[in-house]
Amino acid sequence: MKNSSKNKGKILTHVILIIGAVIMILPFLWMLLTSVKTLTESVQIPPKIFPELFRWDNYPAVMKILPFASFYVNTMLMMAGRVIGSVLFSAMAAYACARLNFPGKNIFFGIVLFQMMIPGQLFIVPQFLIVQKLGLLNTVSALIVPGVVSAFGTFLLRQFFMGLPKDLEEAAKLDGCTIWQTFYKIMLPLSRSGLIALAIFTSLFAFKDLMWPLIVNMSIDKMTLSSGLASLQGQFATNYPQLMAGSLLAIWPMLLLFIIFQKRFIEGIATSGGKL
Amino acid sequence: MKRENVAEISTDKSVKVKKKISKSTLNEWKWAYIMIFPTFIGLMILNIIPAIQTLILSFENAGAFGKSTWAGLDNYKKLIQDPDVIQAVYNTLGYTIVSVPAIVILSLIVAVLLNQKIKGRSVYRTIYFLPMVAAPAAIAMVWRWLFNSEYGLINYLLSIIGINGPKWITDPNIALISIVIVGVWSAIGYNMVLLLAGLQEIPNDYYEAASIDGASPLRKFFTITVPLVSPTLFFVVVTSIISAFQVFDIIFMMIDKTSTAIKNTQSLVYLFYKHSFVLNDKGYGSAILMLLLAIIMIVTVIQVKCQKKWVNY
Repeated sequence: MKNSSKNKGKILTHVILIIGAVIMILPFLWMLLTSVKTLTESVQIPPKIFPELFRWDNYPAVMKILPFASFYVNTMLMMAGRVIGSVLFSAMAAYACARLNFPGKNIFFGIVLFQMMIPGQLFIVPQFLIVQKLGLLNTVSALIVPGVVSAFGTFLLRQFFMGLPKDLEEAAKLDGCTIWQTFYKIMLPLSRSGLIALAIFTSLFAFKDLMWPLIVNMSIDKMTLSSGLASLQGQFATNYPQLMAGSLLAIWPMLLLFIIFQKRFIEGIATSGGKL
Repeated sequence: MKRENVAEISTDKSVKVKKKISKSTLNEWKWAYIMIFPTFIGLMILNIIPAIQTLILSFENAGAFGKSTWAGLDNYKKLIQDPDVIQAVYNTLGYTIVSVPAIVILSLIVAVLLNQKIKGRSVYRTIYFLPMVAAPAAIAMVWRWLFNSEYGLINYLLSIIGINGPKWITDPNIALISIVIVGVWSAIGYNMVLLLAGLQEIPNDYYEAASIDGASPLRKFFTITVPLVSPTLFFVVVTSIISAFQVFDIIFMMIDKTSTAIKNTQSLVYLFYKHSFVLNDKGYGSAILMLLLAIIMIVTVIQVKCQKKWVNY
């Protein structure tokens, strides 16, 4: 009696979860299925779920319209620049906040918190003007600029460092390690999972950033996957097979990375979110 | 009083300590300043000064040629009379009020369901998280296609069960709901992961004890799960509201600039983008942002004040 009600509960759980999962996955499936249809197949009424033949020619077609190779390179460089900058500088600043005492520490930490609390759009216009003044509009550097340091990263890693035991560092100090050596040789290796969480978070948000790349890089060969795809919208707003092919071309690298490293992704997001 | 005493004592101590080991203290300061230097300079140049500049800009007439003149409260006077802005406040608030409860409730349900010993847990988790790793431009594009009133899959599926689907993205009365649907769909996975991490910290003993006392699953949910996960829940609510207030990508990508639905969907951030970078009136755009900042601050302060009533730390 009890077992059967437990089983019923489990079945109900699966039914709800499967319905949800279908809703989550359906747009991606529809994206794929539409991308292999011809234009006429895609506008049939009623819609055909599967095309007669899986045609991949929408992919080369959309790659002719948009320079996807540049998009991949630009996006990768933007992500790499932001990840290297924010992980390195945040780790340094976070170590100072977590382990060292110095006058002005509270002011510095206040600045970090202030940056995190106000909406990011507040920085965009002056940041744009800086980039413009430096003559960096329409360059890859412009894409990296706002993410080169990270208040969020500093906060995250500070919390992470504070959670680590101090014994090893104290032992290192007694052995005559300098502060930098202690940080570099003891703390960084111990905090691998925190650093990876920040790297994942940074690259994911760089990848998804739309407004900034849209503003600073107007020339098509300097766009990112996100902003490049957005530019497709206006020009060919009705050729959905091509739009869907373009969308898939834009999202597959991140999807693949996620599926391979899903555990790290989800744990990274859980730790970084939970630390806030 | 007490606090002052403590402070005095501690400064006394630090003076003494400073005198004794001033060399190693100085060394510590030196390294601390070196280590915070890049982040400090970066945050000053990229965030702190810009925030102040945006505030100043909101009192200026910033033309297309980089020359700006003091305009006093002109931008703000224009702001409170601008029907677009008033409508955008409604749109932004409406989007937030509808989407945030949906996001919180649905992601909590999924998190609770996934917090059991069931088969395929990690597969479900991966699938629900998928929207989080896709570029918003791609998400908006496929939903636009799904919502298409003539050839879209959604209206076709509705027609099978005898419902005549609406014009999801061109009907001014419906378009905001469509935006909400996409917003909720994209945010569930992320918040579910955060809530799941919170749920996993609840010791199993509580549930076992409750089972022995014969508590129903629903009762367990409201007397154990919700109070114990409330700190995470609070975090999810606050961050969801803040990001809902900043909605831009989906609207920008899904609704045509010339569509009649744009008036009923454009958010404050959308208007900020339009005025600052399309119409090149950065002063007015900044004033719109200040309005958004004020709304966010008021709502966040209210939430922090109210948290004592339902959040258990």
